[in-house]
Amino acid sequence: MKFIKYILAGTLFGIIMFKSEAVSWYRIQEMFRFQSFHMYGIIGTAIVLGVIAVFLIKKFKIKDISGNPILFHHKDKAYRKYLIGGTIFGLGWALTGACPGPMFVNLGSGYAGMAVVILGALLGTYLYGVMKNKLPH
Amino acid sequence: MIDFIKQPWPWYFSGTMIVLIMLILLFFGKSFGFSANLRTICSMAGAGKKIKFFDFKWKDQVWNLMFLAGSILGGFIATHYLSEPAPIKLSEATIADLKQLGVKFDGGLNPADLFSLEAMKDLKTLGILLIGGLLVGFGSRYAGGCTSGHAISGLSNLQLPSLVAVIGFFIGGLIMTFLIMPFIF
Repeated sequence: MKFIKYILAGTLFGIIMFKSEAVSWYRIQEMFRFQSFHMYGIIGTAIVLGVIAVFLIKKFKIKDISGNPILFHHKDKAYRKYLIGGTIFGLGWALTGACPGPMFVNLGSGYAGMAVVILGALLGTYLYGVMKNKLPH
Repeated sequence: MIDFIKQPWPWYFSGTMIVLIMLILLFFGKSFGFSANLRTICSMAGAGKKIKFFDFKWKDQVWNLMFLAGSILGGFIATHYLSEPAPIKLSEATIADLKQLGVKFDGGLNPADLFSLEAMKDLKTLGILLIGGLLVGFGSRYAGGCTSGHAISGLSNLQLPSLVAVIGFFIGGLIMTFLIMPFIF
C-alpha cells in the first residue's frame, strides 16, 4: 500500500503530460523547427518555478514526508558524457517525438507503436551498460 | 472545472503542473527522473548477472516503477475521459513542413501513420521506431538522465552539467530534424 502514492503521482504525471501535449510527436517537431512557443513556454515555466521552489526548499530547510531534509544531488562534472549522451538522446527524441516518460503515457493512450519505441529504449539502455567502460565520459 | 481540464492546457498551467510533480516526489523523499526506470527494468530482467552496470539494488527503485505504471494509467484516463475530439492546434508552418516531409497531420497527438497498430505492418516504420527508441535509451543513460532528470530537476537546481545535457538534446534534435529526417521519411 505504501506504493499507492507513487501510482497516483504517476497518474497525475501522465494526465499532465497528455493535456500539455508534451507527449505529441507533432509538438516536438514544432519545437525543433522553432514554429511555436508552446513547448518552450512549458519547459520555461517549469524551470523558472523549479528554480524558485528549489531555492526556497534549501533556504527554509524544508523536510520531506518522513521528516528527513530534502537533499539535492550534484551531477558529476564530466562534460563529455552530457554532451555526447545528450546529443544521442536528442536524435532519438526528434525521431520518435517521445522522451522516456511520454513513451509510456502514449502507450496508455493507445498508440501501439510506442511499445516498439519502449523496446528500443530498453535495448539502448542495455547496450549502454555493455559498452559503458569503452565510452568516453 | 471539468470543462477547463478537458480543453488543451495552456503552456503556463502545464509548466506549473510539471513542477508540482517534481515537488510531490521531493516531498516523498525521491527525485524526479523517469529514464532510471529503463535501467531498473533491464536489471529486473537479469542483466545484472553479466553486466556490472545493472547489478544494483533495483528494489529501491520500485517506487519509480509504480510511478511509471501510473503514467500509463494517466495516459489512458486523459485519453478516454479528459479530452475533447478537437484536433491539436499545431502551427500551420509545421503542418506544411511535415506535409513536405511526407507526414500527414491527422489532428491527433501522434501521427497514426507512424504509431498505430496498423502502421506496425510496415518494416521501415518498425525500424524507425526501434532505432529512435534505442537512441533515446542509450543517450539518456549515457547522459545520466532525460528531460525530467536534466531539463526539469537538474536545471531547477542550477546544475551546469544538466545545461550541457539539454544543449546536447537540442544539438541532436536539430541534426535529426533538419539533416536526417528528410532522408528517412
